[in-house]
Amino acid sequence: MDYETLMQLLASTLRLGTPLLFACLAGLFSERAGIFDIGLEGKMLMAAMASGATAAITGSAWVGLSAGICAALVMALLHGLASITFRGNQLISGVALNFVASGATVLIAQALFQQGGRTPPLSGAARFGPIHLPWAAEIGAVPVIGPIYQQVLSGQSILVYAALACVPLSWWLLYATRFGLRLRAVGENPESVDTAGISVVRLRYMAVLVTGILCGLAGTYMATALQAGFGREMTAGRGYIALAALIFAKWRPWHALWATMLFGFLQALALRPDVIEGVAHVSIPVPALDALPYVLTVIVLAGFVGKAVGPRAGGQPYVKER
Amino acid sequence: MTKLPKWADMVLVPVISLLLAAAISAVVILLIGGDPVEAVKVMVDGALGSPYGWGYTLYYATSFIFTGLGVTVAYHAGQFNIGGEGQAQIGGLGVALVCLAFPWPAWWMALPAAIVGAAVFGAAWAAVPAWLAAKRGSHIVITTIMFNYIAAALIVWLLVEVMRPTGQMDPATARFGAGTTLPGFHQIPGLDLIFTRKVPANVTFFVAILACFAVWLLLWRSRLGYQIRAFGHSESAARYAGISSTKVIMSAMLISGALCGMMSINNVMGEAGRLLQNSSEGAGFIGIAVALMGRNHPLGVFLAALLFGFLYQGGAEMGLWTNIPIELRLLLQGLVILFTGALDNMVRMMVAPFFRTRASAGVR
Repeated sequence: MDYETLMQLLASTLRLGTPLLFACLAGLFSERAGIFDIGLEGKMLMAAMASGATAAITGSAWVGLSAGICAALVMALLHGLASITFRGNQLISGVALNFVASGATVLIAQALFQQGGRTPPLSGAARFGPIHLPWAAEIGAVPVIGPIYQQVLSGQSILVYAALACVPLSWWLLYATRFGLRLRAVGENPESVDTAGISVVRLRYMAVLVTGILCGLAGTYMATALQAGFGREMTAGRGYIALAALIFAKWRPWHALWATMLFGFLQALALRPDVIEGVAHVSIPVPALDALPYVLTVIVLAGFVGKAVGPRAGGQPYVKER
Repeated sequence: MTKLPKWADMVLVPVISLLLAAAISAVVILLIGGDPVEAVKVMVDGALGSPYGWGYTLYYATSFIFTGLGVTVAYHAGQFNIGGEGQAQIGGLGVALVCLAFPWPAWWMALPAAIVGAAVFGAAWAAVPAWLAAKRGSHIVITTIMFNYIAAALIVWLLVEVMRPTGQMDPATARFGAGTTLPGFHQIPGLDLIFTRKVPANVTFFVAILACFAVWLLLWRSRLGYQIRAFGHSESAARYAGISSTKVIMSAMLISGALCGMMSINNVMGEAGRLLQNSSEGAGFIGIAVALMGRNHPLGVFLAALLFGFLYQGGAEMGLWTNIPIELRLLLQGLVILFTGALDNMVRMMVAPFFRTRASAGVR
């Protein structure tokens, strides 16, 4: 494999890792607050449909983005209603909302555009196009490091940079602010937070809403940047891969970046079986590469690569003492 | 919160949940410019209006009984098995291997062997998540989801690279021999008077009914079933009583996987006659809705499976004859799971006032 191919692979890794990163951070906020969220997938799908449809109608990717975030927020509120207010089973709620999303997205897209559940192809201002970082050509001339800047980092959509910026932002929010401290506490020991006079319900709803916003970004990126428009089931299990990455990252923001980029790299590799054949001189079947993120997750879950222990109060509804 | 009488919890709550889900679906149909009344008419007509429709409804119901029972058995042990989809597909692999291994002379000889093949393969696919949950404390929900994806990839690879006969274009196994064809309802003496046209419902339906009875025996009339239910109620109490958590989790999940795998006799052997990609077509997930709706009791599962068989067949007809896309099924399925499984407390709160007045009146 030459350097050029490696650069292509890495650029593709960043592109494919971005929705995973958004979704992974989304799951991180929810689960750190003690709310399991199997429904990342459904929220992404809703956001992808809403943003794709809105961008197609208005011709603006930014309006599409706000629609995507709103759609994911509605789904997040439903999950909050079921799991916080009515103390229902969080896992079942997530699974249910995923089905609701699979059905509703196609129904709405079909009713709006009559194109078999897809939204019309987007172009121009309706998509988030590539942004060329300053001095890309000049720095690109520097050997070895230059191409990384020019071909991998530069020329991505603005949402890719937003996702990367969300990593330090999430870290800061979780570990350097009062909100973050309380959020983490509510996922470990809600009783103590309640005793301190802080509302568990309010905190958990806020966490769920942050999850909605980030899933909205993930879905919008899928429909308006990674691809040009919404197609049925376009998230293709990315919500679950993000969940896997979250466990892989042991619920920490910086590790989430590495985990999602690793899974992004695997997805990029699955698109280029020729590269593997060239490097390893064996042909690995594409399905094996597709399954690799899931197999890796199972290995991590099994605790063979250090034990992954989630937030202690995760999945349990909080019942206030009377 | 007012404690509801048992019958209300078992019957009223699921029925109201279903009505809520149906009402929301009707609103959605109105919003997308369809006619809900016509949709219901087409669904009832297509699924229940003729023996032909019933043949499909019962065929789908058969699959859903198996996956619903699978989810039920795991649920009683406190395990949420979302892996029914993967277990069903791998169960299909077991069926295919049995059917292709040997030129079976008659279906009644092939059927027991295929049942064993489906159950063993389905159970094997549930075994790893079960073992990881029992021994390493891994979260069963995540691992079973992962195994769904791994199963799908494995089946794709097997069908494309290994099991596809040379010269065949589409990714599928060879057709099974004529001796493995299960008799459909149109070929069973007595039933053939009603089902005059070829229908996919087949003898597997009766196997499914037997499975309902067997699961009831297991859960409420056997030592293992008692241990499973005790463990599901309170892990710590069960452990204190000397019940092994490994034994309960492993056996419940293996039985669950076996039941989900067994649905493949219905579709792979009874309908397609060969193993195709995505053979289970989401039936593993519908099992979740069926188990929740059926309140995790075999009789309830049977009734809920009939209901979902109707929704599935009726939904297909609706997609065919109206402008409402077939995906409405998914929406309805999601809403039923949401109301029966996650918003059940809300539904209870809705009906509670009626019982409170009656109970307090009784005290007075």
